[in-house]
Amino acid sequence: MRETEILVIGGGPAGIRAAITAAELGAEVLLCERDGWLGGQLIKQTGKFFGREYAGQRGFEICADLLAKLHNTAKIDIWLDCPVLGIYEDGVVSCQKKDRLEKIKPQRMIIATGAAENFLAFAGNDLPGVISAGAAETLMHMSGVVPAQRALMVGAGNIGLTVSYQMIQSGVEVAAVIEAAPQIGGYLVHASKLARTGVPIKTGYTIQEAYGEGKVEGARIMRLDETWRPIPGSEEDIACDAICLAVGLNPLAELCWQAGCQMELIRELSGHVPLTDENLQTTIEGIYVAGDICGPEEATTAMAEGKLAGANAAASLGYDTEQAQAARLAALAELGELRAGPMSARIKTGLDKLREKGAAKHA
Amino acid sequence: MRIGEHPVLDFDRGKKVRIYYNGQAVEAYENETIAAALHAAGIRRLGESGELHRPRGIYCAIGNCASCLMTVDEQPNTRICIVKCRDGMRVDEQRGRGVLKV
Repeated sequence: MRETEILVIGGGPAGIRAAITAAELGAEVLLCERDGWLGGQLIKQTGKFFGREYAGQRGFEICADLLAKLHNTAKIDIWLDCPVLGIYEDGVVSCQKKDRLEKIKPQRMIIATGAAENFLAFAGNDLPGVISAGAAETLMHMSGVVPAQRALMVGAGNIGLTVSYQMIQSGVEVAAVIEAAPQIGGYLVHASKLARTGVPIKTGYTIQEAYGEGKVEGARIMRLDETWRPIPGSEEDIACDAICLAVGLNPLAELCWQAGCQMELIRELSGHVPLTDENLQTTIEGIYVAGDICGPEEATTAMAEGKLAGANAAASLGYDTEQAQAARLAALAELGELRAGPMSARIKTGLDKLREKGAAKHA
Repeated sequence: MRIGEHPVLDFDRGKKVRIYYNGQAVEAYENETIAAALHAAGIRRLGESGELHRPRGIYCAIGNCASCLMTVDEQPNTRICIVKCRDGMRVDEQRGRGVLKV
């Protein structure tokens, strides 16, 4: 059995930032990543970031800096191709390393497993060619493969808008972006960039059906009335060989469920999330969380949460130095700044609701 | 189809290799996943559903869903979206649940 002070589960932006922060404070860290590479979804993001710290930098560039820092930090051991399978009552964690089952006994754990893209119910949604927007991004930016000749994007949030633009950069014709809500969900800067290429963004539309023989050959879309009901007779067929779904994410929190963390269903945080305190510690002492598992947001907030969880986990082990306090305060300030905009209103409402649940528990 | 010129990215595809999809040779690169290589070759059907035998293709491409399970070098239920290509790899459509090779 492998012993370590801190086990970080997940090698995306949150987990990497948590590992670096904790190790810099003196803690011994083991980082487990299920894939054969690190960087999570940040490694494939080509868009330029906003915000003070990363302004103008592209996602994969931020990721490269983060990875360089990770590899230059002492006291971090990295296990790749190593999905964590279970967390047991005695605090033992099991994982699959190559073809072997390994056991780890950490003193603290930071779960940073991210989120998964949502699916959508409509006829023919299982046809090959119905893919998540993230899958299109992965094909294009990780492998340099064209995801489709002509694609329909479902969802005009930031992911739908940016991946549509990135598909055009990769030679895909984007037939349209449809959005069920009466207005565009993402930043207008993304929407106008896309609109300038001539792609129609149709709000108040839903997908009714994907059709094709063995694979997607087209999509039938319909207009919605003000009560979100499809308007009969408004059907429209769009020929395409891919239908990309960008309809939100949900937290990948299985390990928290398994560990027995108290979970709360918070709509604004996109699903069931672990109840946490201001240190990002769950209701199980010694288990911390960071990143999209707390409610899907941006890579920037994930990194700040990673820093916060990493600093707190290390401090709780006795590495409670001035440096730990400084890291903690810096992370909190970063989160405050990142969530100051109107686009973060939903997340802030969700976090307030979560805190209320926590207060109720302690009352 | 693969991306030629990209305005932002340069692709390091690695060595050219050959994999076999249901016995048919497919050109691939060692730095890309099996799913990416098959997609580039225009292959969309990866398997079928257990009950109704409806065709299955990729969905998430990052190992979260179970839409891309295939038999790879006789190992069933392999998530081909997270396994990289190796020369001579045999990638076969799976019927049923498969038998684990030990």
